[in-house]
Amino acid sequence: MSSTRSIPDRLRSPIERNLKSWESLLLLVAVGIFIANSFASPYFLNAWNLSDATFNFTEKAMIAFAMALLIISGEIDLSVAAIIALASTAMGAAVQVGVGTPGLIFIGIAVGLLCGAFNGVLVTGLGLPSIVVTIGTMSLFRGLSFIILGDQAYRGYPPDFAFFGQGYVWWVISFELTLFAIIAVIYAVLLHMTNFGRAVYAIGNNSTGALFSGIRVGRIKFILFLLTGLMSGVAAICLTSRLGSTRPSIAFGWELEIVTMVVLGGVSILGGSGSIPGVVIAAFVMGLVTFGLGLLNVPGIVMSIVIGALLISVIALPRLWSMWRSA
Amino acid sequence: MKQILASRELLLLTAIGLLLMLIAWRFPGFVVPSNLVVVFNDTSPLILLAIGQMIVILTRCIDLSIAANLALTGMVVSLVNIAVPSLPIIVIVLIAIGSGTVLGMLNGILVWKLAIPPIVVTLGTLTIFRGIIFLLTEGKWVNSHEMSDAFKAVPRTDIFGLPVLSWIAIAAVILFSVIMTRTTLGRAFYAAGGNPHAATYAGINVGRTQFWAFTISGAIAGLTGYLWVSRFAVAYVDVAGGFELTVVAACVIGGVSIMGGIGTVQGALLGALFLGIIANALPVVNISPFWQMAISGGAIIIAVVLNAQANRTPGRIILKRAEHAT
Amino acid sequence: MQLEIRPNVSSRTAPDIDPLLSLSGITKTFPGVRALSDVSLKLFPGKVTALVGENGAGKSTVVKVLTGIYQPDEGGIRIGGQPVRFPTPQSAENAGVTAIHQETVLFDELSVAENIFLGHAPRSKFGLIDKKAMVARAREILSGIGAKIDPGATLKDLGTANKHLVAIARALSIDASVVIMDEPTAALSQKEIEELYELVENLKRQDKAIMFISHKFDEIFRIADFYTVYRDGQMIGEGAIEDVNEPELVKMMVGRDVSQIYPDRDHNIGDEVLAVEGYEHPTEFANIGFTLRRGEILGFYGLVGAGRSEFMQALFGITRPSGGSVAIDGASITIRSPAEAVASGIVYVPEDRGKQGAIGTLPIFQNVTLPSLARTSRYGFLKLAEEFKLAREYTERLDLRAASLDTNVNNLSGGNQQKVVIAKWLATQPKVIILDEPTKGIDVGSKAAVHEFMAELAAQGLAVIMVSSEIPEIVGMSDRVIVMREGRIEAELDRKDITPETLVTHAAGISEAVQ
Repeated sequence: MSSTRSIPDRLRSPIERNLKSWESLLLLVAVGIFIANSFASPYFLNAWNLSDATFNFTEKAMIAFAMALLIISGEIDLSVAAIIALASTAMGAAVQVGVGTPGLIFIGIAVGLLCGAFNGVLVTGLGLPSIVVTIGTMSLFRGLSFIILGDQAYRGYPPDFAFFGQGYVWWVISFELTLFAIIAVIYAVLLHMTNFGRAVYAIGNNSTGALFSGIRVGRIKFILFLLTGLMSGVAAICLTSRLGSTRPSIAFGWELEIVTMVVLGGVSILGGSGSIPGVVIAAFVMGLVTFGLGLLNVPGIVMSIVIGALLISVIALPRLWSMWRSA
Repeated sequence: MKQILASRELLLLTAIGLLLMLIAWRFPGFVVPSNLVVVFNDTSPLILLAIGQMIVILTRCIDLSIAANLALTGMVVSLVNIAVPSLPIIVIVLIAIGSGTVLGMLNGILVWKLAIPPIVVTLGTLTIFRGIIFLLTEGKWVNSHEMSDAFKAVPRTDIFGLPVLSWIAIAAVILFSVIMTRTTLGRAFYAAGGNPHAATYAGINVGRTQFWAFTISGAIAGLTGYLWVSRFAVAYVDVAGGFELTVVAACVIGGVSIMGGIGTVQGALLGALFLGIIANALPVVNISPFWQMAISGGAIIIAVVLNAQANRTPGRIILKRAEHAT
Repeated sequence: MQLEIRPNVSSRTAPDIDPLLSLSGITKTFPGVRALSDVSLKLFPGKVTALVGENGAGKSTVVKVLTGIYQPDEGGIRIGGQPVRFPTPQSAENAGVTAIHQETVLFDELSVAENIFLGHAPRSKFGLIDKKAMVARAREILSGIGAKIDPGATLKDLGTANKHLVAIARALSIDASVVIMDEPTAALSQKEIEELYELVENLKRQDKAIMFISHKFDEIFRIADFYTVYRDGQMIGEGAIEDVNEPELVKMMVGRDVSQIYPDRDHNIGDEVLAVEGYEHPTEFANIGFTLRRGEILGFYGLVGAGRSEFMQALFGITRPSGGSVAIDGASITIRSPAEAVASGIVYVPEDRGKQGAIGTLPIFQNVTLPSLARTSRYGFLKLAEEFKLAREYTERLDLRAASLDTNVNNLSGGNQQKVVIAKWLATQPKVIILDEPTKGIDVGSKAAVHEFMAELAAQGLAVIMVSSEIPEIVGMSDRVIVMREGRIEAELDRKDITPETLVTHAAGISEAVQ
């Protein structure tokens, strides 16, 4: 063997690696569910029904993309659904004093950013564990909605505001689906093709090592909380527009569904790995399961069993398999 | 004695004292013994669950399924009661504890044997447990008139001026204080969470210790499930919905570190009492009960900030103090 | 695979006594690694056996086999001639085998007594822990090793040395016949080391069999009766310590003659590049000031815990100093974060490679380019080809051995991991490189390579700060040495004054007494 040798860049090509990835497995599951659904119900293969089905996941998925980055970096934000509630309440209050659609959008986004910044300051500024901080802010943000609204509801959104949750861009393609696709592309590029995304992975794999490599760990985590808040604000606009009303219990329990979507998409809850395409496929899987079971008149709560079992089994099955093989 | 009440607990005790004084200043009726008994009794389920959750958090885990376990077990014993109304209550209690234990063990096995992160496991079982209630009942409620009188009477029975529910909470506080400080299992919980690596070297199986933590948490949740549905004389899918976060809040306020290894039964008790007093005081002081959620959220944030300040290390002490002073 | 004739396992002096504990034919494999291959070991009552070997020779694995943390694939353990098995750490303790581990294995939130008796506390009736008996026994054991520690104190309130004494007390609380000491002196001061030696003598008198792992030869020759040498997971030799000398032991350890030769250097020292003045921190260091020139290697010597790494981390922006100033090339700068330090041309190769140095679960090329991404990207978008180019340039300069640049750093040996960390920093084209214990935990062969490379960097005009606790390394490499003691600069030595004696006396603060 010669003493000076060149080290190859890669041993396995990216294509080969992708074929064996979690994402391709998940894609097979999605296709399987799609086929099973189309056999199970005659109403499934209908463009308008399928289009309606996308509303099951578009708003949650928008937040899930930002959440995926946050979880990859080793943090979590359980306050996202509460941010929706607070942002929606703020928009509802603004409607009462006659604010128009552009103002409502500004308010929704601003409240989202403020809540995200609040989480970010507590976690990165004071060095607190994000899971506890966001359990706290989750109660705080939704609690503020309850203080403002009690058991009342805000209605009376301007007619043109309805476009964001109910409008269609072209044929069956809704505004929400279009926004979902655009946001997915933005986050995929951000995570997989930029220096920022590389730093997110580095922090998630070893935040001390990243800090010692000159990465501005605090700043990047703060931006991730800000992005999660921003996406919650955007989701609040879409959801409020779709429902046409605001109650303090809006989007209740969504944080768990969003985390499930992210983990199902192959993001490690311990941080350090995961991809946006995985989350996109997971969003479709969850949407298809919900829609398919809905067509079969299975109630929502049973779907949650399926989702819960899916969450555990997607992690447990590969481990059981490797245990069984090594035994 | 000083060590039993470490500064964290003392601080919280002072805060609770101040809170009670503040309320008493305007509404003396709140602090009369008879009302305090009501407040304590009302907080008892939270105290029980907070003790279980504390043990789980000590081992660096979290049990988000604790309230769902309570709801499922509560439904199971209600259905048993409907099916066999003559069944002695002691059997009902044993079924409740047994059912809760099995559900807790399920979490524990997944965490121990498959090494799935606890937050993922209990997020999953949270939805599964509630879903099973729906499958058992098709969403129907079990109402007061369907339950036997004996079934409903137990938690309310008065002994020496306190309802049985309160006595059970007191007994749990005493029992688990002893377990946590005076048994090898109790010490193992602290060791496994405080320094898992070192615990392995000390002959402690960290995974198995976590399994027992989930098992205890499940058993407590099961017992509380029976007490809850019999006290309120109703069982349905969403019993104690979202209560898991209140339980975590009680622990955090009580000084339990989410990073594991730090926390006491007394702390969990005080954290639960703090939230219980606020919940009971709000209607008395004419503040809308809708404030409660925001107040407990604020309390969690303040508590976690204070805990972090207390546990902060200022850096290694290398310089000699006398020299440095010059 | 290297072709090498394995030396006959030499057993020159078979002792007359029977071993108390013996291992034979132990093999242990992990995925991809054979950690131990058919090794044996004998420990005799009332004797100290030193287990010697380079890092990666299998010493720690043997300790873990002996304490029930690992199960061997093959081979057996005998105690007093009877075969035993240790499926759990508990079973090893029950059989009378106890260990003082290299890492601190204690619990900050528990009391001293609880730490000592965790897992085997005295019980009262009803099976509860008998606190009174536990505290009394703890006090007894602590005073037996000359430690003045309150058994009721919470561990986190203790200093490092006292924590170590608690760890020793814990090992002795088990009525053990076999005591394993895995680098027990690494964290101790000279005075505490002397006390430890006394303790070892004491244990010998009680007829305990002692296994002693150390990298310090003076220590081995002072307290050991027998030696056993491992290399690459294999048994190389054993015998009585009086029948062997240091060069022979080293030869067995590394498998070839190694004279510690440091590279010859031209000391072409250029202009001043770094000037530090009055750096201070509330608890860690005070009044640190020095200058550094291009092409210079400035050694920082001191005892473990003298505040050298703490100061370096402040200079690199990890912690904030409470006062002081830094100038690079005569221009004053402020460093509030590592990012700012890197931007100013100061980089830091930390002592703790696993946690701070490299990101083990990411591939080599991503580690190398991490601080230089601004240069390999355009408008913040990654350019993989540029990254591979940069990574190849610097890893080849350092003669890195790896399957591919896409291999995770965790899959490399310690020496190659260190090369990745150094390559990462060289790619940023720094002005000052701080190397904190650069050869700690690296095998002898790679050590020489790191030294040569350091000399080459200095020759190319880089200013090098080398923190080291190894006297030969400091003497062999430094142009100038700063000796630190208790957070302050004790002395600054020019090349001609750097001798082992001056270093030791200044580090211990006894220079005046000597003069």
